Amino acid sequence: MARLSLSRLGLRFVALGYLAVILVGPLTIVFWRTFEDGFGAAWDALTTPETIHAFKLTLIITAIAVPVNTVFGIFAALAIVRKRFPGKSLLNAFIDLPLALSPVVVGLALFLLYGREGWFGGWFDEHGIQVLFALPSMVIATIFVSLPFVAREVVPTLHEVGDEQEQAARTLGANGWQTFWRITLPSVRWAVIYGVILTTARCLGEYGAVAVVSGRLQGQTETATLRVQERYDAFDLAGAYAISIVLALLAILVLVAMTVIRPKEETA
Amino acid sequence: MSIVVRNVSRRFGDFVALDDVSLEVDSGSLTALLGPSGSGKSTLLRIIAGLEHPDTGQILLSGRDATALTPQKRNVGFVFQHYAAFRHMTARDNIAFGLKVRKRPKAEIRNRVDELLNLVQLEGLGDRYPSQLSGGQRQRMGLARALAPEPEVLLLDEPFGALDARVRAELREWLTRLHDVVHVTTVFVTHDQEEAMEVADQITLLNEGRVVQVGAPRALYDEPATEFVMRFIGDASDVGGVLVRPRDVELLQEPANGASEAMIVRMTILGRDAKIELHDSTGAEIVAVITRDRFDELDLWRGQTVWVRARRKRVFAASGH
Repeated sequence: MARLSLSRLGLRFVALGYLAVILVGPLTIVFWRTFEDGFGAAWDALTTPETIHAFKLTLIITAIAVPVNTVFGIFAALAIVRKRFPGKSLLNAFIDLPLALSPVVVGLALFLLYGREGWFGGWFDEHGIQVLFALPSMVIATIFVSLPFVAREVVPTLHEVGDEQEQAARTLGANGWQTFWRITLPSVRWAVIYGVILTTARCLGEYGAVAVVSGRLQGQTETATLRVQERYDAFDLAGAYAISIVLALLAILVLVAMTVIRPKEETA
Repeated sequence: MSIVVRNVSRRFGDFVALDDVSLEVDSGSLTALLGPSGSGKSTLLRIIAGLEHPDTGQILLSGRDATALTPQKRNVGFVFQHYAAFRHMTARDNIAFGLKVRKRPKAEIRNRVDELLNLVQLEGLGDRYPSQLSGGQRQRMGLARALAPEPEVLLLDEPFGALDARVRAELREWLTRLHDVVHVTTVFVTHDQEEAMEVADQITLLNEGRVVQVGAPRALYDEPATEFVMRFIGDASDVGGVLVRPRDVELLQEPANGASEAMIVRMTILGRDAKIELHDSTGAEIVAVITRDRFDELDLWRGQTVWVRARRKRVFAASGH
């Protein structure tokens, strides 16, 4: 018994030590550096018009991408688990694609599609719609990279819940819509919420794909993460750290929300 | 409401679940679909409910063709083996579900749910979630839920299959009493012949996707149509190449015409009867039931060699098995 608990302690030590080196260390340094010159300096760096715009833009993109991916994720999961159709395995694989593909490649692909010479670029150009170097391409890029999370959370829960409750609802006179809202959705609600949180975190942190398609125009197409890079390149380290801190705090908030929700899921 | 199943067939890939099955269930009856696993009984029940579609054939409910109707439109109550309780709802909300989707007035729903909670003896447990109820309570909730919209047909798929023996016996008795109170046409699926005999007033016996025999429990026991029915309903042993019921096995102390040798391996006193288990010369088991008087008269002992013969020979009309 003593030996077992000793090896368990060792395991715990390695796991926590690894986390400390990889995660907690850098985070602590960022915190420390931000407030090195006092709280005022950090606040000044955060309240420049460009930085405020960058945060607004990040929030707008997140506010569009998260609901879109939530709806898509739920229906994709339902299709994968409950329906049989040709191309099902293709859909299943496609949902994981954003996890495997580097965001830079995604950005480049969008560039090729919506650029002046791209497949759709010409059409949008003719109709006077600016896709590249503007909000639409940034939203599309963010939607793409944060696509899998809701679906990946909901699929196993749908499997586990099974379809008997849905069958029962139908024999009790519920139509498809009523069954979805009253039975299916409530029974996977924790998975959906968890997926939404992960999607939100991914949207807030997105850098690579958006960097390619946005054009990084200060005060116009610069998101918070792009702003960090820009400040860093301009040797304004205090500004870069301050923005990073806000992003890190948002991420921590999301993580806290997640841990608060997890135990509920088990007792539900 | 009556149910008519007309020439229904259903395949799953290469597996023939139902092969040209026809069946009539009288209005107000309590019918068992009985058969071994894989006999197609659950598939047939699900086709009646509209949860499964037949490849060919027709389903008539109250004389109207319901084959193309969705389960939502059939007005049937369905009880699942594993309850299919709505886990995120209280017992009360579970039972109210069928009324809520029909947009009945709130007061009416409340009264009906109270009435049903009483009927299934779950008074005071209405605010519990399914995870806080025992298996038997969950199944009674499932029954109340199915009965709430006043279905014309109640269908139960192995309703007691997931419960332990004591609760199962309780619920069986309770279902028969319920059927006396609520005269809804009821069909239940079971693989347990005792359960079918005890609960149903009509039994439809299925085997390998076909109907083997339809009749009252007594008729199936007393006049089995085939060897399969005789073996499936009640005990039957092979005595000298003839299939006989335990009570039709004659035990003799001396060799006699048509009797064969067998050895006693076990004896059990069942009140006024005695059950004697024997092995014949090939080692096959024979079960005989004799009265206590006869048992005392014979003065048998374990390991004794006796002679057995069939008292009543049965000839089956159909040659199936």
